Amino acid sequence: MDQTRLHAWHIAAGAKMAPFAGYDMPISYPMGSVEEHLVTRRSVGLFDIDHMGQVEVTGPGADAFVSRIVSSRVLDMKDGDARYSLLLNERGTVIDDLFVYKLPRAWWIVVNASNRAEDLAWMRALANTHKPAEVRIDDRSEETYMIAVQGPRAIELLDLVSDSRISAYPRFSSGNAKVLGVPCLVGRTGYTGEDGVELFFPADDAEKLWTGLIAEGEKRGIETKAIGLAARDSLRFEAGMPLHGHELSQDISPLESGFKWACDLEKDFVGKAAVERLASAGVTRKLVGLTVQGGVPREGYEVQDESGRAVGSVVAGMFCPTAKVFAANAFVEPGLAKSGTALRVIIRGKPAPAVVVKRPLYVPAYRR
Amino acid sequence: MSIDKNSRYRSSHEWARKDGARVVSGISDHAQDALGDIVFVELPEVGKVLKQGEAFGVVESVKAASDVYMPMSGKILAVNEALSGDPALVNREPYSGGWFIAYEPTNPSEWDGLLTPEAYEAEAGKE
Repeated sequence: MDQTRLHAWHIAAGAKMAPFAGYDMPISYPMGSVEEHLVTRRSVGLFDIDHMGQVEVTGPGADAFVSRIVSSRVLDMKDGDARYSLLLNERGTVIDDLFVYKLPRAWWIVVNASNRAEDLAWMRALANTHKPAEVRIDDRSEETYMIAVQGPRAIELLDLVSDSRISAYPRFSSGNAKVLGVPCLVGRTGYTGEDGVELFFPADDAEKLWTGLIAEGEKRGIETKAIGLAARDSLRFEAGMPLHGHELSQDISPLESGFKWACDLEKDFVGKAAVERLASAGVTRKLVGLTVQGGVPREGYEVQDESGRAVGSVVAGMFCPTAKVFAANAFVEPGLAKSGTALRVIIRGKPAPAVVVKRPLYVPAYRR
Repeated sequence: MSIDKNSRYRSSHEWARKDGARVVSGISDHAQDALGDIVFVELPEVGKVLKQGEAFGVVESVKAASDVYMPMSGKILAVNEALSGDPALVNREPYSGGWFIAYEPTNPSEWDGLLTPEAYEAEAGKE
């Protein structure tokens, strides 16, 4: 199993570790994942996300190639822009979801750890049938470290320790800055629903930047804590962000999980024909949010209507520390997807009352 | 790992403590630490009669749901209502405010078969 360069730090901090996407990752620290979630919502959380992958696409054909392989519009992006997108297969289902950065001399694509190998194989195969001489694909995951700094005071902290004003970056843009002396690509992006950044920098500087940010936060009276993957999941869930393998997968169309907005039907892209076919035929299930009484609704639990008929299943569910509810994401028949619809989730053989609610349960900072 | 010296234990990490004629039970400090943040506890109806080793409830942490088992046979006299509003009491005070159930033991001699604090500490320490 792989380890990130902060592995020894996590162990020394008393983290509970578990395998995730081939890495031994911190799930929670002694503070506990509920408190970690709340710290990120009130101040600053630091996330070791080195397991995420980074793919660089360059060459004279790179613009046309990237536009063809991802679902969202990218050719209108300016240097520094960062945009959410999907990597679809020809069936119009989701190989991965990713962030595409347009940099001055390259496309920088951030992919999920668990899908990195498959994404790269898919991209390389498409490049070979596209214009192989004009597109170069490099996996930059090994030499690149990635830390997320998230929370309402994250930008304040970053401004204090950087050589340029991170607060001047618009949401979903990026720039180059030295943070605590370390040269970083700073993206004003994240996966928590809070303001903040994701930092890309040389892997050798991981411990320096990580421990430096914690120390600077403490020194300046800005509560800054390491956050594990359990809280990362509850933060993203509450903010309505998808996790590949749950709300998105190769068995799920973006139309079913509400990601039509990430598909630019005015351009050509891999999977477009399938998306258009499903759009005209109509989806047979839709992703909904449910709040549930009487236990934690977990992945795989059956969803029933009030008559007891099975109408879908839970793809992710948990206790939401800020919204203070038990909630689930589930795919159900379109006729049952309206807010206020009464359903049930079967928890340990017993029907627990559930109601369809508007997602997200926590409105992300950039949407307020 | 803290151990309540006045309790006896099951190897499945429940404790039992005599309280007059009643027995009170919950889960050990070792168990709450291994489970992580506890977000929901399901407890039995008062009056229910359960055998030793039978599941009496469920404790749900952020990561998983786990059954909890009767350390001794008994009739449920009271359950800790405070856990429905504040299940994290189990994390903070596993041997006091985070108790689960109080019951009338129907076979008091089962006490002698439970693990002593020393035996439980040795067993849990090996995990």
